[in-house]
Amino acid sequence: MGVNRRDFLKEAGSAALGVGCGLPLLGTACSAVSQEPHGAESSARQWAMVVDVEKCRSEEVRRVCTEACHVAHNVPAIPDPAEEIKWIWVEQYENVFPDQVHNKTAAFIRQTPVLVLCNHCDNPPCVRVCPTQATWKRDSDGIVMMDMHRCIGCRYCMAACPYGSRSFNWGDPREYIPTDENGRFPTDYPTRSKGVVEKCNFCAERLREGLQPACVEAVNQIPGGEGALTFGDLSDPESEVSRMLNETNTISRRVNLGTGPNVYYKV
Amino acid sequence: MLDTAFRGGRKYWILLGVWGLLILVGMAAYGRQLVEGLRITGMSQDVTWGLYIAQFTFLVGVAASAVMVVLPYYLHNYKAFGKMVILGEFLAISAVLMCMLFVFVDMGQPRRVLNVLLHPTLNSVMFWDFLVLGGYGIINFVVGAVTFDAERKGTPAPNWIKPLIYLSIPWAVSIHTVTAFLYSGLEARSFWMTAILAPRFLASAFASGPSLLIVLALILRKFTKFDPGKEAIQKLALIVTYAMVINVFFVGVELFSGLYSDMPHHVHAFEYLFVGLHGHAALTPWVWVGEALTVCCVVGLLIPNVRRQERYLAVLAVGVIIAIWIEKGVAMVVTGFIPSPLGRITEYAPTAPEIAITVGVYALGFFVLTVLYKIVVSVRERLEVI
Repeated sequence: MGVNRRDFLKEAGSAALGVGCGLPLLGTACSAVSQEPHGAESSARQWAMVVDVEKCRSEEVRRVCTEACHVAHNVPAIPDPAEEIKWIWVEQYENVFPDQVHNKTAAFIRQTPVLVLCNHCDNPPCVRVCPTQATWKRDSDGIVMMDMHRCIGCRYCMAACPYGSRSFNWGDPREYIPTDENGRFPTDYPTRSKGVVEKCNFCAERLREGLQPACVEAVNQIPGGEGALTFGDLSDPESEVSRMLNETNTISRRVNLGTGPNVYYKV
Repeated sequence: MLDTAFRGGRKYWILLGVWGLLILVGMAAYGRQLVEGLRITGMSQDVTWGLYIAQFTFLVGVAASAVMVVLPYYLHNYKAFGKMVILGEFLAISAVLMCMLFVFVDMGQPRRVLNVLLHPTLNSVMFWDFLVLGGYGIINFVVGAVTFDAERKGTPAPNWIKPLIYLSIPWAVSIHTVTAFLYSGLEARSFWMTAILAPRFLASAFASGPSLLIVLALILRKFTKFDPGKEAIQKLALIVTYAMVINVFFVGVELFSGLYSDMPHHVHAFEYLFVGLHGHAALTPWVWVGEALTVCCVVGLLIPNVRRQERYLAVLAVGVIIAIWIEKGVAMVVTGFIPSPLGRITEYAPTAPEIAITVGVYALGFFVLTVLYKIVVSVRERLEVI
């Protein structure tokens, strides 16, 4: 297809503006365009991740990924699933890829544990609905960012995300962050307050330092974890992720919704 | 005009006292929510909206329904609504106030709520909902105050108010349409993502709002000398009848697409509502009570001899309000989250503090409504003496 959704909305929006200037409802259509809130560089990267489902069958591999992430971002360990904060976590294959299983899919496939995280979509529904631009898709590298100081905690993004990738702080998360004997949090990454939504940020703070995301770095250092997660720039045809997408069979989650996930799964 | 709000009989003050007490209870519970966060509610990572947003949705309908008296009166010069129209407009004002408060108490960071206006985001339906709701509240306040003041003085309303009145008609439709768009544009939630949602919202609003107006009119007539008129009440009853029948039709249309196509994503939500899904059936009793009420009310309303007797009509109107409240204020929002995008079924039930806050917001709305209606009644009584 030659026209993607955003371009279509842009066209439709301009047309709508021309026809019905000032009609607020039509305005909603055209405004999908105006997403440049936080300044941008010109180099348009698109960070992406490839998850090797087979290599993630190892419990150790999955544990290392989630632990590295939770330490790096001071993610609270809340035991109650109703309040649990999730950045990268495990779900069963049949729930991650509901359109990939059929009535006869073997149980061991259905129950395969799969690592899931924010997909940093090309067309993120969370960004579309956020009333304050507290979440936005960064033009410079395609990361779907969160501004914890702007978020009003309306949770519209959570209703909009088709992947359950967003968590709300129902209470003060700091009570649940493991601290050392001096009462210090694991890292300097800013802790969140109650009443805001959070999610995986593809380790934007580490990428700035030229590092790989915490989960990727950690898992590639353990035996059996090499290549379980691969991270790179999709706009660079020479990158490892581009090469993998070219050479192997990969899928992504709920493609029919048109969100354009940037987390891929090698199956 | 405002002075009449401060002079009233014992019943008036007792009523305000009751509302005031409930407001205090709600505020105490909200204080706890401010300190502890929204964890004191029954909501969870899977069901992220609950009682608050559901009440907001229901009350937007009540607010929008003022158009059902404004349109016949101003556009068709239907004189019988002469006394009813101000009741409709003032009901809309208090309903908008409650809507705003329900959104406010649902915020995780209420102090930042003005960010919605500081960083206007045209692609967010919530931004538009803020605008249209706020605008609707202001329009109704200005129209209500100006026309009522003119009437009190026995002068015709100023000409400049006319365009504003006409504007209020499509604006009323817009508030409930935009509210439906909050839900119906989300690809993640197949239960909400249906084009019939906005029409359904409007039909159910035009049933529940005028029903509430009938009940309020009957109460006013019983306890005060104010009588909006038998004909006006009967006309409202007819409007409720049409709207309710159309609403049932819309529900049927939606059920057909969902069930006949037999697509799992669509069927699951209806299964959850009507029979329960994998043993989870928290809403099932509510839904069946709602359906039973709907059928009884539609049948009752369709029989002219029943509808025309006000004691039956009062019961039918209360039935319609409860049925629509169950539909929008209980079932519609929560079911959108079940099952979750990851296939989990997490049920939702509001907690005691959540209910207290909800009751508090309603009490505040009814406090304002009581004061507004008191002014109307006092001014009318004075006019009729002269």
